[in-house]
Amino acid sequence: MSDIPKSVKILDIVQENSLVKTYTLDISLHGKPGQFCNIWIPRLNEKPFSVADDDGKVMKFSIAEIGPFTQELAKKKVGDKVGIRGPYGKGFEYKKGEHLVFLAGGYGAAPLYFLARQAGEDGCEIEFIVGARSENLLLYIDKIKKLKNVHLHIATDDGSKGYRGYNIEVLKEILLNKKIDHIYTCGPEIMMKKVSEMAFEKNIPAQISVERYMKCGFGICGNCVNDGTGAPSCKKGPVMSNEEVRKLKDFGQYHRDEEGMKVKL
Amino acid sequence: MVNLNVKFCGVDFKNPLVLASGILGVTGDSLRYVVQCGAGGVTSKSVWLKRHKGHPNPVIIANEYYMLNAVGLPDAGIEKAKDELGKFLKEGSAPLIASIVAGKQSDFGDVAEEVSKINPHILEINISCPNVDDEFGKPFACSTIDAAKVVEEVKKRTKLPISVKLSPNVSNIAEIAKAVESAGADAITAINTVGPGMEIDIDMRTPVLANRVGGLSGPAIKPLAIKAVFDIYKAVKIPIIGTGGVLTGRDAIAMMMAGATLVGIGTAVYYRGAEVFGLAVKEMKEWCKNEGVKNIEEIIGAVHL
Ligand SMILES: Cc1cc2nc3c(=O)[nH]c(=O)nc-3n(C[C@H](O)[C@H](O)[C@H](O)COP(=O)(O)O)c2cc1C
Ligand code: FES
Repeated sequence: MSDIPKSVKILDIVQENSLVKTYTLDISLHGKPGQFCNIWIPRLNEKPFSVADDDGKVMKFSIAEIGPFTQELAKKKVGDKVGIRGPYGKGFEYKKGEHLVFLAGGYGAAPLYFLARQAGEDGCEIEFIVGARSENLLLYIDKIKKLKNVHLHIATDDGSKGYRGYNIEVLKEILLNKKIDHIYTCGPEIMMKKVSEMAFEKNIPAQISVERYMKCGFGICGNCVNDGTGAPSCKKGPVMSNEEVRKLKDFGQYHRDEEGMKVKL
Repeated sequence: MVNLNVKFCGVDFKNPLVLASGILGVTGDSLRYVVQCGAGGVTSKSVWLKRHKGHPNPVIIANEYYMLNAVGLPDAGIEKAKDELGKFLKEGSAPLIASIVAGKQSDFGDVAEEVSKINPHILEINISCPNVDDEFGKPFACSTIDAAKVVEEVKKRTKLPISVKLSPNVSNIAEIAKAVESAGADAITAINTVGPGMEIDIDMRTPVLANRVGGLSGPAIKPLAIKAVFDIYKAVKIPIIGTGGVLTGRDAIAMMMAGATLVGIGTAVYYRGAEVFGLAVKEMKEWCKNEGVKNIEEIIGAVHL
């Protein structure tokens, strides 16, 4: 038992799109799709990131450059070191042989790709919807195309690639035409809120990645507690069933900042 | 049947195990969650008068022996606290100990007065946090005079019973306990975290906590906490919330034998989940049954014969 960061070398860095890079780290923590790890840059900060891959030898993280921490991370080179601890939280689960639909927004394509690879090999059939504002922000498209038993659907808000409009419309279409056993979603909360409602109306089980401001990752600091249940999402989530998600009062409404103050979505 | 009920400062607790300040306890719902897990009462995270920023991450690290934290007491201030704690009190699931903190003596009075408006069962005065050290010099808990002054100020501004949270990082904790008792404290909470301590990452050649140093808690500090409670029990007549390194029902009983009426549980949530409260209650009942103890209050101070 140790929740102290270990320092590891960056083995590889790949530019995925205009915003996102994938970092391969020289460690396996046996992370599962949907779980997260905290990555540490000494003397700056430490932030949680979804596991994009863990093959038992190395781990991958796909990280968008959006703030001071990720900008500093983007300056790192192969051979540089970062700290890492985890994995934390509950990941996604599936049953072999089921027909699944995945809905990914933004970087959410990375953990869902990791899940699709495993589920596809386990005989699941997967409708994988990737959405973004426009083509240059789509993530992991080429990788998803190569997966076994996976059908890729693309949606962009501006129509520069695939369906023009929100990816949630593509989901609606698929649910109308195909018999789906389970829905999985990871991405912006407003989008996932719609998925939650749609899944409930159609009476299809769903798993949703509920992200909150995580500090410790192990259920102590209380920064990530949800309203409604009062439980820490770093322990009871981030992935929760739609049943659990529907008990949350903050989901799709507000988050809490570093000091616990409510911030409207 | 074993009776785990205890009376503390006139308040009834269905069992002696209370959530320690700073663990979960950020929102009304998170306090209720801990009660649902089996706690007899809960202590809120320490409340400031105004919004207070914490430290950057990592703020907490831990292994099987101990936890080291420098969260830096982040808080959204008094208005948010009144909302969240008020919500918890309205549901009435268990007694609430509202923890307050300040950097100045007069601010302690102001927070106490404001928090008292929502009528928590007890106020806990956190004068011992090592994490405010840098900003305000030595914590109030390190001097008999400073500690007593804070207590006098708070007593002027509230009618609620107050428990003063003491730091173990002093040469004689019993002396501080006596000073706050004389100044009017109704109870003592002991101990806060030990140290501070430092952990270094040798590959990165830097301390791991962003704040460099942090307070030590968890299993490693249990003997220090038990000894502190033992010494305080001998020195004062007011009741004690014994806190520090308690993981099991048997640990809680040891703390009560040293002199605690209530037992604070914090870091154990890391080792056993928030479910630790229900588990420890069960363990206490088992021990009582085997030993023929009918009322848990019988064992308070049992080692002081
Ligand atoms: C992460 C963390 C945050 C804490 N925050 C506070 C706080 O806000 N106010 C306070 O009085 N004590 C705080 N403490 C101290 C605990 O309430 C408790 O006194 C100490 O950790 C020893 O008990 P334990 O070993 O059961 O955790 C904190 C402790 C930890 C581990
Ligand atoms: S991140 Fe600290 S409790 Fe969840």
